[in-house]
Amino acid sequence: MHSVTSWRQAENRPDGGCRPSGHGCRKGEQRLDIRTGQRPATQLAGYRRDVAAIDPPYDYPEYRSTQYRHPLQPLVMLPHTLSEITGPVYGHRSVVPSDHDLTCQHAGEPLGERIIVSGRLLDGDGTTIRNSLIEIWQANAAGRYAHRVDRHPAPLDPNFSGAGRCLTNDDGWYEFVTIKPGAYPWGNSSNAWRPAHIHFSIFGPAFATRLVTQMYFPGDPLMAYDPIFQSVSDPRGQQRLISSFDLSLTRPEWALGYRFDLVVRGREATPMEQS
Amino acid sequence: MSAPLVPTPSQTVGPFFEFGLLDPPQHELVPAGTPGAVRIEGVVFDGQGLPIPDAMIEIWQAAPSGRYPHPEDPRAGLPIDDGFTGFGRSGTDASGTFWFMTVKPGPVPWPDGRPQAPHLNLSVFARGLLKRLVTRLYFPDESAANALDPLLSSLDPSVGSTLVAVEDRGVLHFNIRLQGQGETCFFQV
Repeated sequence: MHSVTSWRQAENRPDGGCRPSGHGCRKGEQRLDIRTGQRPATQLAGYRRDVAAIDPPYDYPEYRSTQYRHPLQPLVMLPHTLSEITGPVYGHRSVVPSDHDLTCQHAGEPLGERIIVSGRLLDGDGTTIRNSLIEIWQANAAGRYAHRVDRHPAPLDPNFSGAGRCLTNDDGWYEFVTIKPGAYPWGNSSNAWRPAHIHFSIFGPAFATRLVTQMYFPGDPLMAYDPIFQSVSDPRGQQRLISSFDLSLTRPEWALGYRFDLVVRGREATPMEQS
Repeated sequence: MSAPLVPTPSQTVGPFFEFGLLDPPQHELVPAGTPGAVRIEGVVFDGQGLPIPDAMIEIWQAAPSGRYPHPEDPRAGLPIDDGFTGFGRSGTDASGTFWFMTVKPGPVPWPDGRPQAPHLNLSVFARGLLKRLVTRLYFPDESAANALDPLLSSLDPSVGSTLVAVEDRGVLHFNIRLQGQGETCFFQV
């Protein structure tokens, strides 16, 4: 997907290239390494189900596409076995550092407001999750996706594909360099517009923690009208979906920074029975 | 211990994820020609019986030995072939069809130690799904193990049958119906 050329260009950038920057980690906090499974004490405990109270429902009439796509039968409760407690592990070989910079994947620079999006991947207990894959995709600055089905009459940008990925570092941090996506209209209802957003795909440590979500920008007036954002009814959950402007992530003369932490659910305290 | 952090809520994958998540897709968990390799394919249907052309299916499975390629699987003595990740990801095409090439996993223990029948763990993502749907695929040639499986045997047979693939000329078919008649059994994980 990304050529050697774009990586070389990246190394020549004024900010020093497409490498994730280092960030601090509080002393004494727990860390989980996805590849080695280093985790103190807790063996084979299941994952908490508190996320069910925060997640949106399947049936949400304001978002019309849910109408024929939500199950009518109640979900069957699944105990957490090894199938749910384990999950895909990604090595470094499938991710190259330039994958995290969406502004250096082509010959020229994309149009739009350059931004840095960074944060930490944690679980519900605050444990940092390292070496874990994070994928993003988004519309360009004009609100158009580089996708054959997107018919929004806004221009494509030949210098912007809109997809990136990275692994969290040893302190659970990820970082992307991209451009701020534009809002765009959609057919959900008359005069419906999606707020500017970046799609995130997160694995975390287990099948049980797999998560696909969207990041929004602070102060966007369209969030109040957006049924996808509003499908999360808990205000604490809504806050989790909104990034915050962060002056400390902002690089002078170069790009504004937004902080967006990702929290996958935490572990049950009681280990499950072992065979 | 301090109060747990609020988890990040799910949001829909939307209609335009292909260039972000399926470039390239990961249909093949094993190379073509691997002994025991089996093709699994299915169609995702909505509540009107129409195929869904913009869904994504992920599978997560154990190796043929029954061990997951994950550091928390304690059964270190069970072998896993080099390069086997246990993970696959397929979009659906215009006909709503997804497919994988994989090998049947071995048994995995239930919390009380009883063996579970061989199964794949599936996540379904699509426009119109505000969070993933989770289901499992069981194998039709494992009727004895399926009958003893703690989960499958706890379900009404009409529900459990939605989780067992159907073999036809060497291909395992597993259709996923999101809503209505023949609705697939989905799980809360």
